[in-house]
Amino acid sequence: MRYLPTSDAIRERMLADLGLDSIDELFSHIPEYCRLARPLDIPTGRSEAEILQFFRAAAADNAPGFTSFLGAGAYYHFRPSHLDNLIGRGEWFTAYTPYQPEISQGTLQSIFEFQTMICQLTGQEVANAGMYDGSTALDEACMMAARVTGRDGLVVARSVHPQYREVLATLTQHRNFPIEEVGYQPDGRLDLAALRAAVTPRTAAVAVQSPNFFGSLEDWEEAATIAHAQGALLVAVIAEPVSLGLLPPPAAADIVAMELQGFGIPVGFGGPYAGILATREKFVRSMPGRLVGEARDSQGRRGFVLTLSTREQHIRREKATSNICTNQALCALMASIFMATYGRQGLRELARQNYAKAAYAAGACAAAGLEVLFPAPRFHEFVVKPRRPVAALRAACTQEKIIPGFAVQPHYPELGEAVLVCVTETVARPDIDRLVQLLAGK
Amino acid sequence: MQTPSVGTRASRHIVQNEALLFEVSSPGKRGYQLPALDVPEAQPAQTRDDIPDFPELSELEVVRHFTRLSTWNYGVDTGIYPLGSCTMKYNARINELVTRLEGLGDGHPLQSEELSRGALRIMRLLSQYLLEITGMDAITLQPAAGAQGELTGIMLVRAALHARGDARRKVLIPDSAHGTNPATAAIAGYQVENLKSNANGTVDMASLERQMTGEVAALMLTNPNTLGIFEEDIHRIADLVHERGGMLYMDGANMNALVGRSRPGDFGVDVMHLNLHKTFSTPHGGGGPGSGPVAIQRELEPYLPVPVLVERNGSPALDYDRPHSIGRVRAFYGNFGMFTRALAYIMANGSDGLKQTTEDAVLNANYIRKKLEGAFALPYPTPSMHEVVFSDSLQAPRGVHTGDIAKRLIDYGFHPYTVSFPLVVRGALMIEPTESANQAEMDEFIAAMRAIAAEAETSPELVTGAPYSTKISRLDETAAARNPVLRWRRTQAAAGF
Repeated sequence: MRYLPTSDAIRERMLADLGLDSIDELFSHIPEYCRLARPLDIPTGRSEAEILQFFRAAAADNAPGFTSFLGAGAYYHFRPSHLDNLIGRGEWFTAYTPYQPEISQGTLQSIFEFQTMICQLTGQEVANAGMYDGSTALDEACMMAARVTGRDGLVVARSVHPQYREVLATLTQHRNFPIEEVGYQPDGRLDLAALRAAVTPRTAAVAVQSPNFFGSLEDWEEAATIAHAQGALLVAVIAEPVSLGLLPPPAAADIVAMELQGFGIPVGFGGPYAGILATREKFVRSMPGRLVGEARDSQGRRGFVLTLSTREQHIRREKATSNICTNQALCALMASIFMATYGRQGLRELARQNYAKAAYAAGACAAAGLEVLFPAPRFHEFVVKPRRPVAALRAACTQEKIIPGFAVQPHYPELGEAVLVCVTETVARPDIDRLVQLLAGK
Repeated sequence: MQTPSVGTRASRHIVQNEALLFEVSSPGKRGYQLPALDVPEAQPAQTRDDIPDFPELSELEVVRHFTRLSTWNYGVDTGIYPLGSCTMKYNARINELVTRLEGLGDGHPLQSEELSRGALRIMRLLSQYLLEITGMDAITLQPAAGAQGELTGIMLVRAALHARGDARRKVLIPDSAHGTNPATAAIAGYQVENLKSNANGTVDMASLERQMTGEVAALMLTNPNTLGIFEEDIHRIADLVHERGGMLYMDGANMNALVGRSRPGDFGVDVMHLNLHKTFSTPHGGGGPGSGPVAIQRELEPYLPVPVLVERNGSPALDYDRPHSIGRVRAFYGNFGMFTRALAYIMANGSDGLKQTTEDAVLNANYIRKKLEGAFALPYPTPSMHEVVFSDSLQAPRGVHTGDIAKRLIDYGFHPYTVSFPLVVRGALMIEPTESANQAEMDEFIAAMRAIAAEAETSPELVTGAPYSTKISRLDETAAARNPVLRWRRTQAAAGF
């Protein structure tokens, strides 16, 4: 086996050193009935060439080379070529959690920089080193709000990503937390009057997403005012981090639960991604997840360490803030490299291009006589009603290697046969024009 | 003397200093260029003015920054990484290559099943292989990491017991378990009850007999346990748990000691998770991403998270119509990029290579155990599997503790073992060489460990002051936690290296 650095001759010598005749003796303490007496029913080891061939065939049986207008929580952005090259360095991707700071300063400093950039982007005071993804970050944010407030009620906008809401419902079910959902207005934005009515003195968290699932922009300050009036915390959900290049940061929120995939993490059939929590300094000890802090060595030199770990499972066990162990470090690193590359100007320009492309596409749809739902300002997604059934639209688009967007009906039956279209900087104008024609039944 | 003269892999080399991104940033620099906008300019009414202090660097400076930082790390590619319980094995490049193929790396999770057939076939084949390896009946790949797998597994137990009309409120957890086990049980709403180990480091049957009451939903067991010891009474344990109406959860963190040799499905496990980043070689990445598939016995199948991978007209398909499902535990399908890597690893090894891998991992751990016995105390005489746990009890009287020995090991050019875990051993040194350690380097590691044991006798302050050869020496972690600085701010800019 090519990965194993031990030859049969060395195995023999090592066994002899241990005074053993056979490797079986090292397994002899396993009771007979626990031993597998046959080889696994898996083909014997294969060459790289054969493995590559298998995966190439599988890859071809998806949608390679298609132009996709899918977003809905997983966004296409151009990934700079140095990104994979850098994270492909063994010192990054074959290292583990930086428990030994003296030989992990690379990972630790990069996480400290990551936490800083997330704070700068979100307008929050502290950010953790990463969560699994946006959906689980929402659950962790709500649990954190419950700890901070000592309450259990959750109020969640129906315009929060449907899968995020499903995950929240799953992970809170045994706690019997009452979850109330608040609808949206005809313009696509959160129904603030309904929100005001739903938030009570029992409410721990109000979760609002912006840009919301329909791409529409919410007003963080309004939502925060309503939450705070009843002593609840506002959890700001952000599924598309690129939006923060252009839009006002959720500084009014108490906790930000964000998905980072849009920052250079491959769309890759849904994972791995990375989420984060950012919050106010006063809540930091209630926040789950790893944190890196600055420290000094005996000679006064600056370094970085994992800190405040008394919140975490490996120290606190059943009293920990969460059972999470990972911080999706390599995905967080991708996001860091992406943020550093685009930087102060680039992130704004990138977000502006996304905004302009979607505005153009929505305008072209309207000009073609299509019904574009929800007139409120949006970022890079919008909901449109195609002139033919979604199944027929899909078939026509597949013929031309186009994926037209996400059919919202299963999650929002009241919207009927409508499609959520996402337009990023990766799509060129002729492709947008062709999509509009296909939506219009041409 | 501070620089070891024997048994060392460390040598001097230029290491670049590098300030924080914000300190090397300079206004007006850019590392990107977007294509010219091919639609009319547009801007929303409300925008942010700026992102104050966000970095501004050229592309070259970004590359240098992250390259320089990387050289301050140590990885499996650098050398032996004997971090017990973490299974730091070789991460083959082919796994990375296939994950990034066009059609996979850029596949969208919401594209239709018709346009995802290849991805679904990958999930099906990986599922089949993992079921064959574990001997279980059904599996979900959705959990994002081991700890989320634990939570999913415990929720499945809860759902199944509820369906039996036998809701229970406690989970039993041995004192040697990973911290995630009690944290998971607590988060799932269970009361955690500690189960003591016996003198062999395994489950104490008398305690289990007493504590396994009608209130206990599950026993969460790691097998082999965190001492690297196989629970030889596993059959009696499983029978007892089942007789009393509970379920046996197995933490599969140490499955790399069993693959091809023993199957949890054959020794009474009801539900277990696997860590693809441990046993199946998906890279640890500096602390994630992981992936934590959960394998189960038939009774638990109705409760699996949606969507469930099923067969429809001879092809893999996703089933969302599962009325008894606990629901979704993560958006989309889990960490798909870890599925491709784990599958490529299994294919490369095959049945023969997987078994050989297990055997080499166990052989290496026993080799290190034999060669270090005497120099370090072995708290449990029970046979070791893939890892061995020593204690610092021979060194502690000289004021040298496991953490000190670990730091000194860095001066010899090795990544330390796992320090102070499992908690049942006072001053634990938990060593897991994995199959990826070769004999020559293990001999060097052993020589280094023995040299440190000698140093602890003759000059303990040398060990307690280590490391000396790193970019920075020991950091004041207490001060860092007392007055946490968790982000850079402009006022700190003068801090320097």
